[in-house]
Amino acid sequence: MNWITNYVRPKLGSLFGTRREVPENLWIKCPECGTMLFHREVKENLNVCTQCDHHMAISPRDRLRALFDGGAFVEIEVPEPVHDPLHFRDQKRYPDRLKAAQKATGEKEAMLVAEGALGGVEVVAAAQDFSFMGGSMGMYVGNAMIAAARRAVERKRPFIVFTAAGGARMQEGILSLMQMPRTTVAVEMVKEAGLPYIVVLTHPTTGGVTASYAMLGDIQIAEPNSLICFAGPRVIEQTIREKLPEGFQRAEYLLDHGMLDRVTHRKELREELITILRMLLGLPPAVKGDLPEPEEEEAPQNASEEAKEQAEAKDGGPKAAASAPASEAAEKPKR
Amino acid sequence: MNYLEFEKPLAEIEGKAEELRALARANPEMDVEKEAQALDAKARKLLRELYANLDPWQKCQVARHPDRPHCKDYIEALFTEWTPLAGDRNFADDHAVMGGMARFDGRPVMVIGHEKGHDTRTRIERNFGMARPEGYRKAIRLMDLADRFGLPVITLVDTPGAYPGKGAEERGQSEAIARSTEKCLQIRVPLVSVIIGEGGSGGAVAFATGNRVAMLEHSIYSVISPEGCASILWKDAERMREAAAALRLTAQDLLALGVIDRIIPEPVGGAQRDRKATIAAVGEAIGEMLEELSGRKPGQLVADRRRKYLDMGQKALAS
Ligand SMILES: [Zn+2]
Repeated sequence: MNWITNYVRPKLGSLFGTRREVPENLWIKCPECGTMLFHREVKENLNVCTQCDHHMAISPRDRLRALFDGGAFVEIEVPEPVHDPLHFRDQKRYPDRLKAAQKATGEKEAMLVAEGALGGVEVVAAAQDFSFMGGSMGMYVGNAMIAAARRAVERKRPFIVFTAAGGARMQEGILSLMQMPRTTVAVEMVKEAGLPYIVVLTHPTTGGVTASYAMLGDIQIAEPNSLICFAGPRVIEQTIREKLPEGFQRAEYLLDHGMLDRVTHRKELREELITILRMLLGLPPAVKGDLPEPEEEEAPQNASEEAKEQAEAKDGGPKAAASAPASEAAEKPKR
Repeated sequence: MNYLEFEKPLAEIEGKAEELRALARANPEMDVEKEAQALDAKARKLLRELYANLDPWQKCQVARHPDRPHCKDYIEALFTEWTPLAGDRNFADDHAVMGGMARFDGRPVMVIGHEKGHDTRTRIERNFGMARPEGYRKAIRLMDLADRFGLPVITLVDTPGAYPGKGAEERGQSEAIARSTEKCLQIRVPLVSVIIGEGGSGGAVAFATGNRVAMLEHSIYSVISPEGCASILWKDAERMREAAAALRLTAQDLLALGVIDRIIPEPVGGAQRDRKATIAAVGEAIGEMLEELSGRKPGQLVADRRRKYLDMGQKALAS
């Protein structure tokens, strides 16, 4: 037996990134409870099922809009990495996979970095995108974490990261593995500057991402029922040849086993992050009534977003993008 | 001698030579020596050719060869006063990870490495070199100890990867690996790593985030096994040969990418053909790497390590 024979084929369905497939005004089916839900209503509920509270995927852009005061944030530029350093080719060329992911998501890469105010506190935040090649961590994600950390240190701001990944990006070979130490250096810089580093683990966070920056937070929060692991459940079942207990490697299970500080509903995350940050920074409690609600619609960004969504609906949505998560754990999560 | 699949033609020639000599032993009147020596020469030539042109998949097989020297062999041969230190002070002692103090050239050091075992019993005892969280936590503890008392840390990496088990996950495999990598980056003493066989994914990074990283000539270091990569990207684990080539997991590619600092040459026919010479070469390389780092201030060692990893990835392969 070795690490090697125990991998399973990932089955990636359309479970992730429903937002990008479904045009406005349509009904979508909750993958958990099967209820038909009005798309706009789900979107207003931050992609959480209004019937059963199942947390569906949310795009980094929507995530950050829901996080920052008034939904306003400024993107932080991420230095471009060397393009396709290995000249990697499997059944497709890596640059073609990248292009397909970019087309399907409308994003440049698997992590979005931004800064803005959160309950009046200026913070740097990064959000990872599972629908972009399984959220996989390559040079770009490493650069994004480093850029975020540098900005946080430079402006003395806390750093919040929302993780979601199938692991490291195989198409960048050893360089993807080297993002484990690279992103750890980024975390070290923030901590050394005495700034809070908060991790919000979202579904799914697996492989090398979990084994680096996703587990090094000063505070570790997870969204309900998120799969959080190093090796995925199927790999483990094949290795130990026994059935795993109900809820194994889910957020609540990790909480029970002492691996997390909190499991928090997506709709309560913003308030909770504000409360925690203000305490860590020695600030007085937030006056909740004073906080502007995050805005759902934002004129300039949103117009292009909608155009994008429509274009993608024609292209078949994110299925093409989510073709190659790097970890054995990136199998279709069973909810 | 355990022959690898691609060594079959070699096995035939060496087998024939051996047969001849056995025949001569049974029939002293027969003179086979000339013929046998011709076969020996042919075998040597073939061996040299095979090992000068190993493809990446063949390198994987050599890196996993059961007769290669393992961590324990290096420790026994290269160090004196070996004093194993056990346990993570939390749950257990992980036998997949050897750790302890010893002297290298008379100088006290901390040694940490993955041990795969050499027969069925020891392989099971060592869990095939696949560490559980306790292994990484033991390493963290020993790195802290080394840091407090100024002992350079030497790590010997040889693992298929972290153990994918239920308990390992429950006890925080990810967190343990993340903290071990973090500890590698924090210690104010020199950290020198040698990949002696398999550098399997996160389980390897957790020990090999060093000031200097060397690889044996036919060792491998990869984000995923070729079999795992083939099953995901080619949907067929049998296409590991192609995956091994695509992943660029050889010491030669890693040096070109700037991920490692040096390659330690292996004897003709690989480490398994001359274990003693291999161990000596690794010892020499460790000595040279420690020498390069001697006299550096603690803060400088930490800063150098950080800079090294932040800057990594600027180089692309030529083709
Ligand atoms: Zn539901």
